[in-house]
Amino acid sequence: MSKRIFVTGIGIISGIGNNVKETLESIKQKKSGVTDIKYLKTIHKGVLPVSEVKLSEDELIERAKLDKNEPFTRSTLIGIIAADEAVKSAGIKDIKECKTGLISGTTVGGMDKSELFYHDLLTSNNHIEYIETHDCGDSTERIADYVGAKEFVSTTSTACSSAANSMILGARMIKNGLLDRVIAGGIESLTRYHMNGFNTLMILDKEACKPFDENRRGLNLGEGAAFLVLESEEMVKKSGKKVLAEFTGYGNSCEAFHQTASTPEGKGAYAAMKEALDKSGLKASDIDYVNAHGTGTDNNDLSEGRAIEKLFGDDMPKISSTKAYTGHTTSASGGVEAVLSILAIQHNMIFPNLNFKTQMKELSFSPVTELLENVKVDHVLSNSFGFGGNNSALIFSRY
Amino acid sequence: MEVYIKGIGNISPQNTVDSSKFLEEIVSHETEFLTSISPNYKEFINPIQLRRMSKLIKMGISASKICLKDAGIETPGAIITGTGLGLVGDTEKFLNQVLDNNEEFLAPTAFIQSTHNTISGQVAIALKCFNYNNTYSHRGFSFESALLDGMLLIENKDAENVLVGGFDEITPEHHSIIKKTHWVKNETIKSLELLNHKTSGSVVGEGVAFFSLTGKKDESNYAQIKDIKTIYKPKNNEEIETKIDEFLAKNDLKKEDIDLVVLGLNGNVDTDDVYYHLVDNYFNTNYAYFKHLSGDYHTVGTFALWMAANAIKHQNVPEVARFRKENFTEKPIKNVLVYNHFREVDHSIFLLTQ
Repeated sequence: MSKRIFVTGIGIISGIGNNVKETLESIKQKKSGVTDIKYLKTIHKGVLPVSEVKLSEDELIERAKLDKNEPFTRSTLIGIIAADEAVKSAGIKDIKECKTGLISGTTVGGMDKSELFYHDLLTSNNHIEYIETHDCGDSTERIADYVGAKEFVSTTSTACSSAANSMILGARMIKNGLLDRVIAGGIESLTRYHMNGFNTLMILDKEACKPFDENRRGLNLGEGAAFLVLESEEMVKKSGKKVLAEFTGYGNSCEAFHQTASTPEGKGAYAAMKEALDKSGLKASDIDYVNAHGTGTDNNDLSEGRAIEKLFGDDMPKISSTKAYTGHTTSASGGVEAVLSILAIQHNMIFPNLNFKTQMKELSFSPVTELLENVKVDHVLSNSFGFGGNNSALIFSRY
Repeated sequence: MEVYIKGIGNISPQNTVDSSKFLEEIVSHETEFLTSISPNYKEFINPIQLRRMSKLIKMGISASKICLKDAGIETPGAIITGTGLGLVGDTEKFLNQVLDNNEEFLAPTAFIQSTHNTISGQVAIALKCFNYNNTYSHRGFSFESALLDGMLLIENKDAENVLVGGFDEITPEHHSIIKKTHWVKNETIKSLELLNHKTSGSVVGEGVAFFSLTGKKDESNYAQIKDIKTIYKPKNNEEIETKIDEFLAKNDLKKEDIDLVVLGLNGNVDTDDVYYHLVDNYFNTNYAYFKHLSGDYHTVGTFALWMAANAIKHQNVPEVARFRKENFTEKPIKNVLVYNHFREVDHSIFLLTQ
């Protein structure tokens, strides 16, 4: 049984880049992916800004060298691209050389195609090949088949903490000797369904979001996919391959407060972060950087901010939300931000919280606003909080 | 693993709520799909809240409370659920609103309730449970992943007891869509005669069930759930046999030690072959089946686990659930294996012991 879990590969696609290299470049250049809607067919085009993956589905299919006639949803396509990059970055030649699983997180699943063809599905026999791409499992199985992972396949669905929870299960399965290696992360494409859902909750900003700003007005939705390759200690020893980071801690806690809101004091957020810290054996003062959930909504930033203050007290680490870069990629966000956390460690960098201007009255700290280079980043805490009170926190450490 | 089933709450198309009874009064369904028998929700949820809740949330909260009462537990150490399609009714409602009103004049309730983690979140709120909480949505591995997660929490001493559940619902609108695939029978049949209809597809059902898992051995437990395994896309029957061999060996058992095999036969001529193969060529024991009672759905593994646990508790398999009745022999039921697959893609095995 492996006590330690290592990250040996990363893959990402989002509004700020189609791979790890492009993502890092955009971050350095303070280039946000949030713009006017281009690909999603919605009446909110030109009104609500989003961070879309900057490729059409035809371009995604071509990039992944897939069959155009197969029923692929947009979520599946971006998932395949990110998972494939993660596998390649881990230098995996034969995926079946050991027990490899794939765990993905998604909530919207194949809704992007369901909403496009729903009337046809109800009234005709057109597009019925998309009946079976609707559920959350479809994308996961297609991604698993693409990369060849077979030993364990599953999908977490806890709204915006889905990807974080898939990484947690992956780590636990390795620790228990059920798997040697797991490709874990999450995916989500934009849909009219959840864009309108979030819009009815009145938490979408019509301008670029401003996490942790006194005048924040809500979030911008984004789409993306990101996966990590997690491996056991034994696997890493055997191959001698490069370790990108160690996955040292994780916590999962439920707010049990309200289906769409968190307590003002951030009870669930605190519990998840505290558990992650306890699991890692680190002290609060060891954490150099918190990549916050920081969506830019009134509720989240206040409750998360207070929970961070409570956890760190006088040992406040550097804090920023990267949501103004990528938008809120919902189920994928835990994966997207895990990749960014690992990049922070690899490149000794802390990323700016774009669009921050005014200090929040209720909080004592303000987020990092400039790119910090050549700084010590040994331990990063990454938060993902979901609808329904599903709070998760992950810690990545320098190896 | 040292994991035991301490309590069960099962709301299904059969009379399964009363844990003292085991399939005594059978309900025969002769409808397009099988719907669940509602308990008296007022026993579990206050009437004001009840009015605003969609069917699956009512069923979920009620089943969780039935389960915890059965187990004698107030607050579980974790809540984990699995669902194939989540709250289908709410999803349809919001989707139709979005499409029919061209994204205008929308109300948030159906959207909020349509995320798959609604049940685990609502149950947590109802029980004031701030502990570990998770939801899986992966076809035939939805409940199985939740169960595995819960068993690991207990095995690793992360929780003393865990509430694990599965839920799925079927609506007329969703049924009208999936009828267009070859997974659903075109003809309406008597559910109890499911296996006599040698046609493509099965009959769809629904249900919500919760299980209280504990690490503590106790006389009052239903059974020990020793192990679980998921098998993704096995190449052929031989690979399935090999996986079962390995699974049993890992648990220090031989196939001869299995007193009862609970089979996921669903009457689909295209995909039932593996069950017949295992009965004819692999095992030589007693068999039970259940999808003629529950219908088929993503989290039907809950019904199979309920049946296996009750077979051990009651030391009996009711006549209606016996498969190959003519060869059924009376003997103590100590080790039970559940084998089920979802569309020949997601295969799962549970091992229970007395």
